[in-house]
Amino acid sequence: MGLSKVWVFGEAADGKVATITLEILAKARELSDDVTVIYGGGDAPAIAATLGAHGATSVLATGDLGGGLLGVAVASALAAVIAAGDGPAAILLGTTQDGRDVAGRLSVKIDAPVITNVVDLELAGDKIVGTEPVFGGVTNVKTTFTTDKPQIVLVRPKSFAAEPSGGAPAAVGVLAVPDLGATGGAKVTSRFVEEATGPKLDEAAVVVSGGRGLGESGNYALIETLAKLLKAAPGASRAIVDAGWVPYSYQVGQTGKVVKPSVYLAAGISGATQHLVGMKGSKNIIAINKDGEAPIFGVADLGIVGDVHKVLPKLIEALQARG
Amino acid sequence: MPEGAPDLGTMNVVVCVKQIPDPADPGALDPTTKTLKRDGKLILDESDSYGVEMALQLVAAAGGGEVSLVSMAPNNEVSGIRTALAMGAASAILVSDPALKGTDALGTAKVLAAAIARKSPDLVIAATESSDGYTGTVPAQIAEILGLPSVTFAKSVAIEGGVAKVQRQTEAGYDEVECPLPALVSVTAGVVEPRYPSFKGIMAAKSKPVDMLTVADLGIDAGRVGWAGGGQEIVDIVAAPARQAGEKFEDDGTAHERIIAFLENLKIL
Ligand SMILES: Cc1cc2nc3c(=O)[nH]c(=O)nc-3n(C[C@H](O)[C@H](O)[C@H](O)COP(=O)(O)OP(=O)(O)OC[C@H]3O[C@@H](n4cnc5c(N)ncnc54)[C@H](O)[C@@H]3O)c2cc1C
Ligand SMILES: Cc1cc2nc3c(=O)[nH]c(=O)nc-3n(C[C@H](O)[C@H](O)[C@H](O)COP(=O)(O)OP(=O)(O)OC[C@H]3O[C@@H](n4cnc5c(N)ncnc54)[C@H](O)[C@@H]3O)c2cc1C
Repeated sequence: MGLSKVWVFGEAADGKVATITLEILAKARELSDDVTVIYGGGDAPAIAATLGAHGATSVLATGDLGGGLLGVAVASALAAVIAAGDGPAAILLGTTQDGRDVAGRLSVKIDAPVITNVVDLELAGDKIVGTEPVFGGVTNVKTTFTTDKPQIVLVRPKSFAAEPSGGAPAAVGVLAVPDLGATGGAKVTSRFVEEATGPKLDEAAVVVSGGRGLGESGNYALIETLAKLLKAAPGASRAIVDAGWVPYSYQVGQTGKVVKPSVYLAAGISGATQHLVGMKGSKNIIAINKDGEAPIFGVADLGIVGDVHKVLPKLIEALQARG
Repeated sequence: MPEGAPDLGTMNVVVCVKQIPDPADPGALDPTTKTLKRDGKLILDESDSYGVEMALQLVAAAGGGEVSLVSMAPNNEVSGIRTALAMGAASAILVSDPALKGTDALGTAKVLAAAIARKSPDLVIAATESSDGYTGTVPAQIAEILGLPSVTFAKSVAIEGGVAKVQRQTEAGYDEVECPLPALVSVTAGVVEPRYPSFKGIMAAKSKPVDMLTVADLGIDAGRVGWAGGGQEIVDIVAAPARQAGEKFEDDGTAHERIIAFLENLKIL
């Protein structure tokens, strides 16, 4: 079936496999019977069961990197395996910070292109054809490889549904990291985790996002209150992230998170294409904007032409009254 | 320098600046070559204005040095470069060559890396991703070609004693990363507030040196870049399934009831 061997760049934090990795595994196991997860870290045994349940046959892990950055270490290790003749037909990675580092560095090492921002992929013979949205998602471009090198593909989050397939735990093997020389110079000295309560933005069933139309930083409290009442995750447009009202981790869009909740409520957000690509896969969209011509209404199932300072307090009050 | 004297040092920074079609007036794909049409005037990618500002601040903090620019663009385009020069960069290299038409991210990185190497900088700055192509792979590719360590997704950068101290954005927050120079850093939007070019800056920019180079000048084989050098091809361009707009309601003081009814219908409430 399909490709002889596929590598999936695996990501995890605190022993929990990242959703993007499970999403990619769901697709990878359709492409090949031999799916190996490539992992930069020391806790591979802790995640091997989950990876196996999602279709990975094995996991190759670097072991603890001692603060060294993951991208360069993993890319160098993979290049060595490929040089030794054990390379795969394709390497699938998430469009994440580390995923892009691995893909970029590896592409130079093996002198092969990367097909990026893929939201869907299929096989034509032994070649991957990736679908990439352009112009804010109004057009899809399908791109394929013309070389016989391993096909490096960067996949956008939320492109595939993560589903377990019920496999046995993945066999854990070692991925040897060669001497990185100067390229390995960067070291993580400490990690900061931003406090987050409530559901995670990219996993919540309901997302309530605010934009510049809220007027000022203090008014973001309306979004937080509403989110709490709806058991929703609060989100934001880039305009208010750049303005420092909320941390980057709240950002929805091209350069932020991709969300696909059942309901997405956008308050005071214009609907720039870069915001739309992050949320227009939501099942239902509600928009509140005082400008009836705002582009956000083009994707809204329920569009409220109105002032957030009037609509949100009444909505909050009504929800509180329901208890 | 005498032993124990404060090392004010100098810093030479190269900033990659992409010149792109005005996002307010998005381009179109050429139906025959299936690449982006780049006919109109190009402007400085806003994403790179942060890198330029960051470089100017770091050089000022170091007490000396130079900010120079590197760009690859068709038709000897310099409008975007002039904007960055007007902000305060000292000089630029522009690589422009018909052979570069259709170059992918890896080919772009090869060209930019060759141009950057001419300057032997202490620090290379790029944006995490461009506004028009946004593959987000060029910075890591440049670093790999130049044999440099890299810290991508930087939301803050400081230089202390020849080491870059970077806050690198992560899924959950950020990592504090230390990286010896020379190095490459890619910065996120919002990392600093880009200055507006002053009138004086704009006038001065007109006479700042812009070195125009071809692929051959950089010693790159034209067959390794451009459409032919890519190793990938676009096989189809299709309209994405469009989302239909639903009902629109002018708030008359009861909009909140509409929202609640909508949520009840979906069993969210
Ligand atoms: C490379 C690149 C990447 C980007 N990535 C992202 C991204 O990931 N995510 C993202 O969101 N953006 C992104 N952007 C920015 C994007 O282009 C927009 O600038 C941004 O989304 C605008 O945010 P906004 O809708 O909050 O603000 P604005 O566009 O200023 O819109 C504010 C809206 O609020 C409405 N409004 C004002 N007052 C009220 C009121 N009292 N009641 C109701 N409505 C009101 C206005 O009518 C307006 O429509 C990116 C841009 C670039 C160039
Ligand atoms: C819609 C679309 C989709 C594409 N998909 C792919 C793809 O899947 N794979 C692929 O290999 N190529 C792809 N390309 C081509 C790619 O965008 C170009 O090769 C481009 O020259 C470099 O990539 P980028 O802008 O995406 O770089 P990014 O990696 O997003 O750029 C990051 C930063 O690198 C610097 N930089 C990048 N290009 C330049 C430049 N020309 N001059 C100066 N600095 C620069 C800037 O600081 C920039 O912000 C695509 C192009 C388009 C328009």
